Amino acid sequence: MSVKVLTANRLTDGEAVWLGANGEWLEQIDGALIARHAEAVSALEEAGKAAIKSNLVIDVNVIDVEERGTNLYPLRLRERIRQLGPTIRLDLGKQAEKPKATAA
Amino acid sequence: MYRYDEFDHAFVSARVEQFKDQVERRLAGELTEDQFRPLRLMNGVYLQLHAYMLRVAIPYGTLSSRQMRKLAHIARHYDRGYGHFTTRQNLQYNWPALKDMPKVLDELASVEMHALQTSGNCIRNVTADHFAGAAADEVADPRPYAEILRQWSSMHPEFSYLPRKFKIAVTGAERDRAAIQVHDIGLHLKKNDAGELGFAVYVGGGQGRTPMVAKKIRDFLPVEDLLSYTTAIMRVYNLNGRRDNKYKARIKILVHETGTEELTRQVEAEWQVLKETDLKLPQKDVDAIDSYFAPPSLPVRPEGWSGLAAARKADHSFSTWVDQNVTPHKNPDYGVVTISLKPIGGIPGDATDAQMDLVADIAEKFSQDEIRVSHEQNLVLPHVAIADLRIVYDLLLTDGLATANAGLITDIIACPGLDYCALANARSIPVAQRISERFGKPERQADIGELKIKISGCINACGHHHVGHIGILGVEKKGEELYQISLGGSGDEICTIGDITGRGFSSEEIVDAVETIVDRYLDIRTDKEENFLATYRRVGAAPFKDALYSEAANAA
Repeated sequence: MSVKVLTANRLTDGEAVWLGANGEWLEQIDGALIARHAEAVSALEEAGKAAIKSNLVIDVNVIDVEERGTNLYPLRLRERIRQLGPTIRLDLGKQAEKPKATAA
Repeated sequence: MYRYDEFDHAFVSARVEQFKDQVERRLAGELTEDQFRPLRLMNGVYLQLHAYMLRVAIPYGTLSSRQMRKLAHIARHYDRGYGHFTTRQNLQYNWPALKDMPKVLDELASVEMHALQTSGNCIRNVTADHFAGAAADEVADPRPYAEILRQWSSMHPEFSYLPRKFKIAVTGAERDRAAIQVHDIGLHLKKNDAGELGFAVYVGGGQGRTPMVAKKIRDFLPVEDLLSYTTAIMRVYNLNGRRDNKYKARIKILVHETGTEELTRQVEAEWQVLKETDLKLPQKDVDAIDSYFAPPSLPVRPEGWSGLAAARKADHSFSTWVDQNVTPHKNPDYGVVTISLKPIGGIPGDATDAQMDLVADIAEKFSQDEIRVSHEQNLVLPHVAIADLRIVYDLLLTDGLATANAGLITDIIACPGLDYCALANARSIPVAQRISERFGKPERQADIGELKIKISGCINACGHHHVGHIGILGVEKKGEELYQISLGGSGDEICTIGDITGRGFSSEEIVDAVETIVDRYLDIRTDKEENFLATYRRVGAAPFKDALYSEAANAA
């Protein structure tokens, strides 16, 4: 079953980030705050608006992910590529720090 | 090469200072993203999937060694050690931080470069034939006129908020290497019967979601009227171009909806008002700009030909490279060298900082300090003595820059696609890599001959798929990448938009589909002299569709 998380790019360097359960913006999707019902999604959207106002992040979006064991798996390829890095340069992006992952 | 005058220096420096202030205010929270976004875009700063992206203009594709070294330096110190040369003769950095942008722009300004007008609804970087000033078949060097257009269009107050972006391309040869007929304005510099220089003027070409071949609205425009006539076109467009629908806002739609005859009438009427104004180019100004582009004084080097014959005989790989990547120069002792940025299985258009430095060194020693960037995502050394070809080849070999595939099936154009781009729906680069690997054997490529494959990862067509002999468009369907094929497109002087073959192919199927098309071409060509495009134009789409979609093909 798909659930939702909130993602954005960090203002200072454009790095892809996800809103964590602790309210911090995380550089990895693991630990992202999961919304499992409509009210929770609304709360995510509100958190996104607040983050934009506080100039921490830009391009904020709620995205669909699946829980696979302890991992979160974005349903769209676009989001999987954001999560890991370019599929043609495994030495770049977040995957360079997470060698086991594959994007596509 | 053109050198900045005092005005240029002051203007670019002022813009850097202005942007520095804007970035500081943004980071301090004094500007919101809605306020800042149009400002950053005016300075070439985009947001992509993983980071910001900076698009640097390379006007008419001409670079000095010093400028190339600066691009390498920026890649090394502010990015991840590489840059991506694009179909717009720009360079894109994929990873710079926003806080570093003013420093990067400062670095660029120090070598007379900038990122202005590489985004936004303005007149974009003016592109030109990448062999300009060198090619044997050229009537005149189009770059002085591209430079005049650059100066005129930079921060032009009347044309900074057009209905949509606006692209101008210029060529000076009958053979169109600048794809002028798929630009908003295409200018073909030529001579009339009296030997005077002027332009054939094309308007309303473009790719994107509504591809159109430009219409010729004037066969000969005297060069002195370049700015008055261009202004007339821009005014008609600025006044009448649609602003209600982004997808119908390009001038191609205006030309289509107005009709070529009526649009030409409107332009000519506007031109009559402007023709004798200050916009008429004084000959002394043209001469002044022209002098910056004076052909280099090339030493006589006739010894090259005998040495070349021996070197070719001794090394088949070198000989193949000369055949494929060296084009005749105006001066018979010289050649124009294409440096392929398409190694087999590599990423089209990417160059590392070390490769950029190497090209800069080679250009300084062996190509009159000049480098060109082609819209086909390759680099060019425009003035290499035939006598120096062997040493240049050997130097290029040291860092993977001597792939002998210019114009062949592995010389693929590919946009960044979904690996980087926020607009993309599908990946382009991995498809290009797999096709390159499939057809990578030199003998196979040579047998197939000239064949241009162009791949875009979305309908915006940055990968020029509409004018690919084989064009590939990536889309997203039900969450999966799907690739549509079009055939018979061409961006040269006989410009055509490719025909879509039919249903698309999955990522797993697409390379096989391309191979099916190529195999069918090899079966039905009259002989090796008939290239893919000529065969397609002779037989049409049917044999290829049959190969792709017939029951037998589907059962296979």
